Amino acid sequence: MNPIVEIEKVSKQYRLGDVGTGTLSHDLNRWWHTIRGKEDPYLEVGDVNDRSVQGNSEYVWALKDISFNVNPGEIVGVIGKNGAGKSTLLKLLSRVTAPTTGTITAYGRIASLLEVGTGFHPELTGKENVYLNGAIMGMTKSEITDKFDEIVEFAGCARYIDTPVKRYSSGMYVRLAFAVAAHLEPEILVVDEVLAVGDAEFQKKAIGKMKEVSQDQGRTVLFVSHNMGTIKQICNRCVVLEKGQVKFDGDVVEAINLYNRKDIAEGEANKMSISIPLEKNNYPDEVIFKQCTLMEGNHVASDEVSDINEVSVVIKGEIIKPNRNLIVFVSLFDEYNNLISVNDVFENSNITPEDLVPGEFTLTAKLPVDEFLPRNYRINISSVIHYQGWALKEDEINFDFRFIKTNFSHPVYSESNFPMTGKSKPGYLNTSFNWELVYEKN
Amino acid sequence: MSNNYKLVIKPKTSLFDFSIKEVWSYRDLLLLFVRRDFIAVYKQTILGPLWFFIQPILTTLMFMVVFGGIGKMSTDGMPQAAFYLAGIVSWNYFADVLKATSETFVQNANIFGKVYFPRIISPLSIVISKLITFGVQLFLFLLVFSYYLFFTDSSIQPNWYLLLLPVLIFLTGGMSFGLGLLITALTTKYRDFRFLIAFAIQLAMYATPVIYPSSMIEGKMKIFITANPMSAIIETFRYAFLGVGNFSWGGLLYSFIVMILFIIIGVLSFNKVEKSFMDTV
Repeated sequence: MNPIVEIEKVSKQYRLGDVGTGTLSHDLNRWWHTIRGKEDPYLEVGDVNDRSVQGNSEYVWALKDISFNVNPGEIVGVIGKNGAGKSTLLKLLSRVTAPTTGTITAYGRIASLLEVGTGFHPELTGKENVYLNGAIMGMTKSEITDKFDEIVEFAGCARYIDTPVKRYSSGMYVRLAFAVAAHLEPEILVVDEVLAVGDAEFQKKAIGKMKEVSQDQGRTVLFVSHNMGTIKQICNRCVVLEKGQVKFDGDVVEAINLYNRKDIAEGEANKMSISIPLEKNNYPDEVIFKQCTLMEGNHVASDEVSDINEVSVVIKGEIIKPNRNLIVFVSLFDEYNNLISVNDVFENSNITPEDLVPGEFTLTAKLPVDEFLPRNYRINISSVIHYQGWALKEDEINFDFRFIKTNFSHPVYSESNFPMTGKSKPGYLNTSFNWELVYEKN
Repeated sequence: MSNNYKLVIKPKTSLFDFSIKEVWSYRDLLLLFVRRDFIAVYKQTILGPLWFFIQPILTTLMFMVVFGGIGKMSTDGMPQAAFYLAGIVSWNYFADVLKATSETFVQNANIFGKVYFPRIISPLSIVISKLITFGVQLFLFLLVFSYYLFFTDSSIQPNWYLLLLPVLIFLTGGMSFGLGLLITALTTKYRDFRFLIAFAIQLAMYATPVIYPSSMIEGKMKIFITANPMSAIIETFRYAFLGVGNFSWGGLLYSFIVMILFIIIGVLSFNKVEKSFMDTV
């Protein structure tokens, strides 16, 4: 199968700092080189885009030699932390700006949704804006007329269609805008996080529409998002960008893992204290705790934990002198510090105090991910030696994380992730009771 | 699905890479922009489109008081109202288009930054929507003109040169369009021009026979007035309706050549800037 989009060694250079008198001198210098038939002198310079480090050059490569192909019908997710070049790539694809070097070849029309409601004019009515917005995105008037009823129905705002959009609620505004965008018929659709709007019901609709567009109509979608849950849900391939370069290209779960791990490696999530080494211990003669870690799969978790992998609490330490009064427990709190559940190493497992023998140990507690709901949690790890005191102080080890559900289907509540506005299932745990239904016989 | 569709996104393309065909395929957008500009301006005003009348009427009254009354400047023997209004209406079209097109990139940065369509659609829509405004104001002029023609014994002499009216409109629109494109291309990186253009338009009106007839100007000053490509247009406009003023084919030809030059330079510089203006705007 021939690729529908070919991205070949595409780079984009930006100039840092202010546009001022310095710019004029550079322009003149550049012009002087051009008329003598020489290369642009400023293409030679430029740093790799690492925003945390003060660079030496005024020019920076937002993208550097990006190459990958997209096949027809694929939904490709593009992830990367802020400043990795995701938006720049989308801008190039949607022809908002031109690459500095390299070529992108597309065998089909590209429509971009870098923002919904582009060109919406507050004074115009919903209907007028549908036409205007549609035309801006490349539809002809008759195409819009054909789809008009569908668009209004999708947005669910038939009643307000003749009211100026400035009177719309922001949710309604976005629904209408997305509805227009969703009814575009390009071969290639470029989407940038527009789904992070609207209520849960609408998000579900929007995601469904994206899937439908690619699966049923064979269109190609490039999707940029920070929401790993959505990426996992709709993409079948994922590209990870880092500092303007392609870091990984392939399987979605692997890409998400890489992305999450990278955050840790770069200290982005240090303040979240997901892996905590312990230096001082209260009872060094009996037990020494060395490190507590929240793991997702086989790597350290970030502050966003999903049910793609197994999630577990790992405690490493050493028993010096076995003590039958030693207990280790994991407590689960909600974001308001309400205690939801306490798990005791002995009570909730087959491990008994007799199993404690001198030596180095690794204690692992797997979290029942199915019972978690999409919201913020805190996990606390503590240890007590009965009648003596805290072996691991109550406030010492805390992991704050947001739980993301990737396959959550419920007849009433959607998969919306906390804290997006919208209904997610109330409560803290998705526990199952054993229900029984009995009818009284007459 | 069009299988043979191919789109290539490359760094810099030639200056002359300008596709009329592409612009044509976006003609619906052009008309919707015109509609938006026209409707949106006077939404939620009580007088609505009446404002199209009020502005030139008040300006004319002001000119009558200041230049006609206090300044006692000549109007070539024409009724002041008709004379000033003729100048204002045709000058307004030029000034409005120039002002609006010269802000194309800055004003539309938000839309241009999010979605692609041929950028030239925006200034083109301005030329058309301002043409509607001009039409409304021309109607006002015709009312005043008819009053003097039929109900007073003034020496107004409309003549066959009225047939040149479409040419005059075309020249005015083309000239302001071309100049506006050039200025907006310059403005993206260096905003200095933006400050310049606002009062340059104001000053230019005094260098154009709007409030005075060119017959009033003698000597060295005459060269400047003749060199101004708008002079011949406004003089012809007056000549056609009122029968006074200097009309010359040479003047019109000069305006035409200048218009073509403006359009070529304007479109080329606009073209050069539009690809990557988002990086500097």
